[in-house]
Parts: sequence; structure tokens; C-alpha cells
Amino acid sequence: MATKMVGFVWAFLIIIGIIYALLSGNISAINDSILTNANKALELFLNILPIIVLWTGILKIAEGSGLLDKFSSLLKPGLSKLFPSVPKDNKALGYISSNIVANMLGLGSAATPAGLKAMQELQTINHKKDEASAAMITFLVLNTAGVTIIPTTILALRIAYNSSSPSIIIIPAILATASSSIAGLTLDYYIRKRNK
Amino acid sequence: MNIISKIILPVIVLVIIIYGLYKRVNIYELFLRGAKEGLKTSFNIFPAIVAMIFATNIFLDSGFLLFVINIVKKFFDSVLIPLEIIPMALLRPISGTASLAIMNDIFASFGPDSFIGRLASILQGCTDTTIYVIALYFSSIKISKTKYAIWVGLFADFVGITMAIILTNLFF
Repeated sequence: MATKMVGFVWAFLIIIGIIYALLSGNISAINDSILTNANKALELFLNILPIIVLWTGILKIAEGSGLLDKFSSLLKPGLSKLFPSVPKDNKALGYISSNIVANMLGLGSAATPAGLKAMQELQTINHKKDEASAAMITFLVLNTAGVTIIPTTILALRIAYNSSSPSIIIIPAILATASSSIAGLTLDYYIRKRNK
Repeated sequence: MNIISKIILPVIVLVIIIYGLYKRVNIYELFLRGAKEGLKTSFNIFPAIVAMIFATNIFLDSGFLLFVINIVKKFFDSVLIPLEIIPMALLRPISGTASLAIMNDIFASFGPDSFIGRLASILQGCTDTTIYVIALYFSSIKISKTKYAIWVGLFADFVGITMAIILTNLFF
């Protein structure tokens, strides 16, 4: 379902682009674009590859030493306040906090498995199995508006294009993402209250 | 403020290494194992990068955007939003790779230190692939009624994008 949707958007971009170029007589630009843009993809890939490798290596140390677990257990007490319908000893809270920590550190590949497990746990305490529970929605808001402290791919690309200060965007990005999390959670809170 | 941005990364690295030594784990071996996993993940996303660079470049090179831009230019000029950021903001909730491809294009045309280059960086960093994640997570547990999830998610994204624009103006 999710990849199908991405497929529609993908097709939309290609179809609009080619048809508009045909109509406006700009089609030779598209011809050149098709022939050269796979090389651009390789260039982009090579630009972000080394830092992803480096960063997953560093974070593996944090995982192996138990630092990630420690970090996520610090989040747990605050989390149970956000999820009043989830029992405090439920496994879901553990998965949710690992998901948030992984997202924070820019470890997307570890965030998704933890997130999917959290959804499974939340489903076991859900009353209507085909309907999203309030806790699930709160989790998704927290997840998608989540704070990324180290945006590795962005930093890598900024370096590749010779930025004079690649990491200067970190603090404004954290502030923007924090505001979006707070806004999302506040709206979620009010909807939950009204639905009670 | 800008100096804090530069301190975060080294401090995190330092804490991770010292904690690893303190717990007496084999840090070098862990690093190599993790790096290898990172290499594998990267190769797994390469096809998606090719696909999205392909589609976004056809879209951007067609000139369709310029056509739309000319129609809505007056409005956006009055609110200080560079128009080239709009497709990126629209694609961000659906595909992180697509918005990454557009960010790449913005860096190539305007440079990463330009106003729009910084705005694009913050935008990419401050929101997530909301629609995609919601679809993926709910379909994994076979939930069809997602209720208000998408609206709250998109509202949060909208606030994030607005804040990204305001903060870019404030900081730089």
C-alpha cells in the first residue's frame, strides 16, 4: 500500500514532466535529462554513502555498549504520560522509545523495525482491530514529527557541495522539528479529549 | 547558537566512544560491524535513489514548475518563500528520497550556503515522510480506518515547514 502510493507520485512526476515538455517544445531537455540523470543518482549516492557507513559504525558502538538502551529507558517515564491508555509495563513503550532514539540519531534503518513492533504491540491492546487507536495515532505523530539531531545525509550533501559550514543547520532544524512535534501532539491531545 | 550546531556531533561521538570503553566492549569491532551494515543499507536504497532522481529531474527539467511559478509568483514573493522550495515541501511527506533529490538539485543550482540551500536542508531535516510512514505502519497491522492520523501528521509537518522558513530568516 505504501510503496504503491509512492509509485503514483513517481508516475505523476514523470508523466507531467514529459507531457508538459512535449507541449511546450522543450522535449530535447527531457531527452538529455533521461540520459544523464542516472549518473546524477550515482553521484548523489557516492556523496552520501561514506557518511552513512561511518555513522552506522559509530552508532553500532552505542548499541553494543547499551548506550542506546539506556537512552531510551530515560525516555520511558515521560512516554507513559503521553500514552495513558498503554499499561506502564507494556512492551510497546520500549519499542516506541527505541524508535524515537533511532530517529533522533539519524538511524532510519533501525527506527522502522522498532516502529513496526510498537504498532504490533499497540494492536494487541486495541479494541477495534480494523480501526486506529488513539495511542497509535499519538505514536505516529511522535514518529513522523520526530526530532533528528544528526541528519547525516543532509550533512554529507552539504559537504559534497563545498558548504563553508555544513553543520550550521542543525540547531534551526532541531528547533523547527521540536515545534512541529509540540504542535502535532497538542492537536492530538485536543482531539483525544474531545472524542472522550 | 551557531556554535552549538558545531559542537553536537563531536560531543555525541565522544560520549559514545567513552561509554563503549567504560563498558569494555570491543569498540573497533562494533564499528566495523555497524559500518558493514550501513554499507548494505546504502546499497539497498540505491535503486530508490536512481528512481527518484530520474522522476524529479524529468519534472524539474520540463519547465512545468516555471509555468506554475509564474502564476503564483506574486503571492509567494509577498510572504518571502522561495518558490523552488515548494515541490520539495510537497514531496517530503511522501518520499524522503524524492525530496533529497530535489535538495541535491537546489544545492547544485544555488549552493548549500544560499538562503534556499539552508532552507532546503532544514526542511529535509525537520519533517519526515509522514504519509508514507502512516501508510506503512497501519498496513503492517491491517488497519484500514486511520481516523484523524493523517491530518494531525500533516498539521505537524505544516508547522515544521512554516517554522523552517521563519527560522532560516532569523538565523541567516
